[in-house]
Amino acid sequence: MSGTHGTNRTAGPETGPVPPEATQATGETGDRDRALAAVTQRAREVVPEPGVITDHARLRTYECDGLAHYKVTPGLVVIPETVDQLAAVVRACAEHQLPFVARGAGTGLSGGALPRADGVLVVTSRMRTIREVRREDQRAVVEPGVINLDVTRAAAPHGYYYAPDPSSQQICSIGGNVAENSGGAHCLKYGFTTNHVLGAELVTPDGDVVQLGGAAPDAPGYDLLGAVVGSEGTLGIVTAATVRLVRAPEEVRTILAGFASTDHAGAATSAIIGAGIVPAAIEMMDALAIEAAEEAVHCNYPAGAGAVLVIELDGAAVEVEHEFGEVERLCREHEAFELRVATDPAERALIWKGRKSAFAAVGRISPDYIVQDGVIPRTALPEVLRAIADLSESSGVRVANVFHAGDGNLHPLVLFDESVEGAGEAAEKVSGAILDLCIGHGGSITGEHGVGIDKAAYMPRMFNDEDLDTMQLVRCAFDPNSISNPGKVFPTPRLCGEVPGKRKGVHPLQESGLAEVF
Amino acid sequence: MAATTTVDEAARQALASACERVEDATAADEVDGVAPGLVAHPGSTAQVAEVMRAAAGHGLTVVARGRGTKTTWGLPPARADLVVDLSGMDQVLDHAAGDLIVEAQAGTRLSDVQQAVAGARQRLAIDETVSGASVGGTLAAGTSGPGRLATGTMRDLLIGVTVVRADGVVAKAGGRVVKNVAGYDVGKLVHGSFGTLAVVTEALFRLHPLPAARSFVSVPVEDAAHAHRLTQSVVHAQVVPGALEVDIPADGPGTLTVLLEGIVEGVLGRTSSTLDLLGPAAAVSDDAPDGWASYPWPVDAAGDERATALKLTFALSGLADVLEAARDAGTPVHVRGSAGTGVVYGAVPAGTDVAAVSVAVDRLRATCTSHGGSLVVLDAPAAVKQAVDVWGPIPAIDLMRRVKDRFDPDHRLASGRFVGGI
Repeated sequence: MSGTHGTNRTAGPETGPVPPEATQATGETGDRDRALAAVTQRAREVVPEPGVITDHARLRTYECDGLAHYKVTPGLVVIPETVDQLAAVVRACAEHQLPFVARGAGTGLSGGALPRADGVLVVTSRMRTIREVRREDQRAVVEPGVINLDVTRAAAPHGYYYAPDPSSQQICSIGGNVAENSGGAHCLKYGFTTNHVLGAELVTPDGDVVQLGGAAPDAPGYDLLGAVVGSEGTLGIVTAATVRLVRAPEEVRTILAGFASTDHAGAATSAIIGAGIVPAAIEMMDALAIEAAEEAVHCNYPAGAGAVLVIELDGAAVEVEHEFGEVERLCREHEAFELRVATDPAERALIWKGRKSAFAAVGRISPDYIVQDGVIPRTALPEVLRAIADLSESSGVRVANVFHAGDGNLHPLVLFDESVEGAGEAAEKVSGAILDLCIGHGGSITGEHGVGIDKAAYMPRMFNDEDLDTMQLVRCAFDPNSISNPGKVFPTPRLCGEVPGKRKGVHPLQESGLAEVF
Repeated sequence: MAATTTVDEAARQALASACERVEDATAADEVDGVAPGLVAHPGSTAQVAEVMRAAAGHGLTVVARGRGTKTTWGLPPARADLVVDLSGMDQVLDHAAGDLIVEAQAGTRLSDVQQAVAGARQRLAIDETVSGASVGGTLAAGTSGPGRLATGTMRDLLIGVTVVRADGVVAKAGGRVVKNVAGYDVGKLVHGSFGTLAVVTEALFRLHPLPAARSFVSVPVEDAAHAHRLTQSVVHAQVVPGALEVDIPADGPGTLTVLLEGIVEGVLGRTSSTLDLLGPAAAVSDDAPDGWASYPWPVDAAGDERATALKLTFALSGLADVLEAARDAGTPVHVRGSAGTGVVYGAVPAGTDVAAVSVAVDRLRATCTSHGGSLVVLDAPAAVKQAVDVWGPIPAIDLMRRVKDRFDPDHRLASGRFVGGI
């Protein structure tokens, strides 16, 4: 998903090449080296070749995920084939207090899978069996390395599909989707990964294997699965997921509508939602994003459009037919100057091509860019878009807007040229200001890309200390030693043994060199 | 059998200064046979926080209560020094129609939320399975009804939550937008937690458009295999059911009902397709059949007059076996619920011999478990709760205990009511 022509990065208040905490460790260097050596030895015992990587050049190929701006060479890479192997490695990490980071396909856009120099990167790409596809139960059981789209491919012969569809669905894997609670264009109607995962086999940070949920809904007890999905690898590693399969719709209709401005397109969006229609997707692109897409994939979007909407309806044929008429009418009523209806899968693919290529396409019009993922209430769309335009104008930094209009999930692409002195900083500033706009309108700093390493510093702008401390209670229950993907999601979590509000001076553990405060 | 609780004077004074209305508990405040000492009626999140701080300071155990419609569910708490009654927090705080969200205080009745949003032709897509239930109680008990087939449960609708922890700290999670992955989803943890993790004081939900039309297509079912066959034919068809329910009394024939919702033209077409699927005995009605969105047991019965109320879950391929097992449970079991999602409820009549109930619970639990599900005894007379394993085996119980210990280290929130003695 990252731009082939761009350093695809997002903004954070700390913008060094590597965030300081990512290189820090949980003990003295000597202890750390000994722990790493011990875990390496254990990994070699349990994980068959070529699943243990220690060669520096090969380790470097894992130095970043889809957010290539941050890079750390992992201390060790382990690629297990089975849950038992994976659990044994995690157990060894627990025994030696060594941090570990799980990585799926490495397509994440928030640095969630950024490795630790002093730790182990556990890669799930060799665990890629679709264990079961059960039409009668409308379920599949898949391993974390299975590619998202392959679940749909396996279900398609039965008339079913897997609904969450992040743009990277051809290359991203289920393990990463579960960790990030991935969305996609169609989550407006169908929900997110968390609504489609009913069970998971979890390797806890202790190395225990537990089953959360299952094929049936409403497993009794706390909904730990609900906490694990979207926890960005900080509560353990999911080694299998039971997912819901959704009946493939009888009818799918896609329309491309050209408008003079984002204001008109935004008003049309509100009118469609206000009419009680729940489209499968409503996507918006502004003039600059359209320009980029045209240059990259020649999608032939309406000439001169200030904004386009891609609207998709699916469901029972008679319903889709009727609602489609309504959507056309509402677009015209809000001054759409061109409506193009896809009548077959090829035409639908062409309409989507422009939208789905947008991130990469921006590389055609700018050498570097930052992609943001903020969310705002849908009704604030016109106001926020105007504010972004003002920001862009006053700063001279160009911003292309591509987003999920239906649920207010913005993906502003902040364009800059790193070779121009100060341009990167100016872009970071605009990018940060956009996040503040989202928070100011009651929204979120991330709708689907995750917090990761990238937006951890923004968490305190959205949540206060008490909120973050409460989330930390969950972390401490699962991972009291903070070895599962430490340094991600939360800015400066306190140690699990600490009493809230009573932290004074240097923590005793820190003083004795046993731990550092992340 | 009610245990009596006395609360010392210092604790009373602390509570009185935290919240203007603190009263001695009466028999009506009993929590499944456990008599509380006091009832506090806070009017705001800040007051709940004050009350919880006072309770923590004096070591009082606490049971939160919304509208008190399900206080006997689960196991009785070990102690209940204080009931925190949230019925005074009954306001719909915000309805942003254009954003399809609503924010309500925990004590707000579901019906009041529906009324507040209906003007914009919207609904909170959760069934009111117990009349008069509150937002907070529904969330804590994790109840759901027929509509879960299409729109899920409160788990899927909750987008933001405000809780007061056992130590009196107020915390929020989630937010005001539907799409949001920032931070842990604490809302999922409190859903179905029976008030054992924190006291929910405010909640934000996504809304759905109110359907313009709906119709119910019902057909008598001959036996378990027939119900299973029909269920499979409907879920794999293109009729997009809003609900798929069975209602099978202990004796006599049962019924399967499919709800179709949406725009008029769509409902007409899909109703016709559903009639074709269900065969010549099927009939259409504009009105819900008797017992729709309610449990197969009388919810107003108390004490030993209560039926044994079961919740059974299973993968869809297990429907026939579960219905069969209910028929062969050795004692009459009335089954009703969502055949389309694998969540049904069973009622063993009050007065049934405890040993017979126990046998039925074991048999049904074994069948549900063999189909990837579980059986929970939601409610029952005290003698039954003592004789059977109410919650059943819980695979990740150690991890759950660790979560409980972090949130409520002194085990003061509804302790003993939930799984594994939590």
